[in-house]
Amino acid sequence: MINLLLARFRQKHRTIAFPKAEPTLPDRFQGVPEIDPARCAKECNACADACPVGAIQTNPLRLDMGRCLFCGACAEACPTGALSFSRDYALSARTREGLMVDGQTREKMQALDAHMLRIFGRSLKLRQVSAGGCNACEADCNVLSTVVFDLGRFGIQFVAGPRHADGLLITGPVTENMRLALEKTYEATPEPRFVIAVGACAISGGPYAGHPEAQDGAAASLPVDLYIPGCPTHPITILDGLLRLLARR
Amino acid sequence: MNRRLFQRLHNGQSIDLSGIPLLSMDTFRESVLRSVSKNARIAALFGTPAGDDALRLYVVLANDSSGTLSAGAVDVADSYPALTTECPQAQWFEREIAEQWGVRPEGHPWLKPIRFHRSRRPGHDAWGRGNHEAIPPGVTDYFRVEGEEIHEVAVGPVHAGVIEPGHFRFQCRGEDVLHLEISLGYQHRGVERALTGGPNPRTPHYIETLAGDTSAGHMLAYAQIVEGLSGAHPTPRAHSLRAIALELERLANHTGDLGALAGDVGYLPTASYCGRIRGDFLNMTALICGNRFSRGLIRAGGVAYDLEDARAEALLTRLDAAQRDVTEAVELLWSSPSVMARFEGAGRLDEERCRELGLVGPAARASGIEQDVRVDFSTGIYSFVHVPVSAWPTGDVFARALVRWLEIRRSIEFIQGQLRSAPAGALRHEMNPMGPNRFVVSLVEGWRGEILHAAITDDAGRFAAYKVVDPSFHNWFGLAVAMRGQPISDFPLCNKSFNLSYCGHDL
Repeated sequence: MINLLLARFRQKHRTIAFPKAEPTLPDRFQGVPEIDPARCAKECNACADACPVGAIQTNPLRLDMGRCLFCGACAEACPTGALSFSRDYALSARTREGLMVDGQTREKMQALDAHMLRIFGRSLKLRQVSAGGCNACEADCNVLSTVVFDLGRFGIQFVAGPRHADGLLITGPVTENMRLALEKTYEATPEPRFVIAVGACAISGGPYAGHPEAQDGAAASLPVDLYIPGCPTHPITILDGLLRLLARR
Repeated sequence: MNRRLFQRLHNGQSIDLSGIPLLSMDTFRESVLRSVSKNARIAALFGTPAGDDALRLYVVLANDSSGTLSAGAVDVADSYPALTTECPQAQWFEREIAEQWGVRPEGHPWLKPIRFHRSRRPGHDAWGRGNHEAIPPGVTDYFRVEGEEIHEVAVGPVHAGVIEPGHFRFQCRGEDVLHLEISLGYQHRGVERALTGGPNPRTPHYIETLAGDTSAGHMLAYAQIVEGLSGAHPTPRAHSLRAIALELERLANHTGDLGALAGDVGYLPTASYCGRIRGDFLNMTALICGNRFSRGLIRAGGVAYDLEDARAEALLTRLDAAQRDVTEAVELLWSSPSVMARFEGAGRLDEERCRELGLVGPAARASGIEQDVRVDFSTGIYSFVHVPVSAWPTGDVFARALVRWLEIRRSIEFIQGQLRSAPAGALRHEMNPMGPNRFVVSLVEGWRGEILHAAITDDAGRFAAYKVVDPSFHNWFGLAVAMRGQPISDFPLCNKSFNLSYCGHDL
């Protein structure tokens, strides 16, 4: 018993101060891509050629964070330094168009409307569905429930079934073999409900885009209300997206 | 005997494809059975098309005690006599071959799909299904126990936790499980098919997401494949950094598993501490490469990120702190009678059954089998630095927890040693093209156990076939067998003590 108490004392209070204070992210973290159109050499297609998932269009240069695996191959290939990755972890958007980066200032993400905020603003229950995910985005959702992130302090919780959920949080490209189960889970979630797509796979198919065994993300079968990019998505990015949705940031 | 018939291989060294002996079915079968009876395991058994109507089966056998790998091949038409009838560890491989290529292993006692997808050879289907017939996942005959007191429990594909999908069908009498059948395939996204014809820019991303919690393990297996095929030799520094990534991956997952096991028996202190410390290990990986799951760190030819002196110093400081925290958190388990009462005796799998089924990794070592790729088939830095094998004989949840704890201690010591005496050298070599018509097998001891990749190149030196065997492929059946005679309420605990991958199995 004394060991138990000593352990509790020594393991300390470990919940991060986020969102009141900014998180400490590793210096090599790759966040929101930055594009400097002035430095982009026309006639050059090096970044788009290097991208494994076709996330980049050139002339004018435009990067789709919903497809991006944040591997940095484009920045490495760019001969003029027009493309680089910042450490900005706030990647989320309410629309697919909101995930496009083209060197202009990105629009601030919209929270839920006043009616939905009244219902969900202080209590949000989510059902997570992995539909072909590789267990990395799933792990980074799971970790939100640990003492470090302590999701419960925001009134957000992952629940065991769709019938007591307010929304679905989907990971994975939605495999053909999970399509029906996902649709049934959605049907079982009472209205009003919403859908959150986490990770490149759930937004665009990720590395599996174009595979006949999957359907290029959740939007092919369900209306998506929030997109949270990444491969896998950093837990801080997920938390930031959820808090912005609830007008808490 | 088998050595004369089958070709001896070394982990990660390619040989000319013509060096793999093409045997008659009788000789092939007899040699596999004889080798398995002499302590070899089937590490892989897979098919690849050979001409218009034939399928060539390749077997890779691993003999852990002598540290030898061997391979052989046989051509089959639409059916062949199943090995499973005399060698249970072939059973899942033969179901996979039937599903992927439409070849029937005749006499297989339970020939059903394992992933529910179309045959990769249109017109060849082991169950005679048409080219356009729907193949709904999980819709199949299940083993059923009949009787007045028997009831059936079906769970999944969508589970209660934040976890991947799979379907579990229990046959119960009262609370006791008589039989569990596991039906997977919900995560199937066609990776092996997509790897054929590569490598291309997507290939590393396929590999790193085969099982996203094992990115370092699978990426290392892939890097060894490419290096073996192109004759590259990474520097000791690259080998050291790769091993650090692999051991950090093991630390994060083992720590998370011990926390989850504590949570499943309602012991919240360890559950809470380990949940956090797991993240500390993930963040150490992110310190090296920016990504908690080591994405982009290991590449064919070496590594993509350096661990400069200051960074190595910071990593060592964090590792020392995590060592103190995890030791304290885990040792609470062993001194808590309520935890031990739930761990001991639960989900027991004895050594004989483990060997019969061909289990790998901590699950096998927890049944007293001393096998570990890092020792038996060592490559890279493991050829120079010995990591002791952690084993325990009791085969229960306690043993699977204890083996993880022993491995945590040894992995930390290993990384500390690497950080204190990091070898010098380049991070990454430029790669030559891969050789044409070659065969290579690569093994890595991932945190779940043996990861096997095998590749065959075509005339142009591209992948004509790429085979992935995640440790979960060997071990899912072990979980089903371990549940026999257990109360169904212990399923979450037993399941967590194996913690197998769905996507690594479904591919």
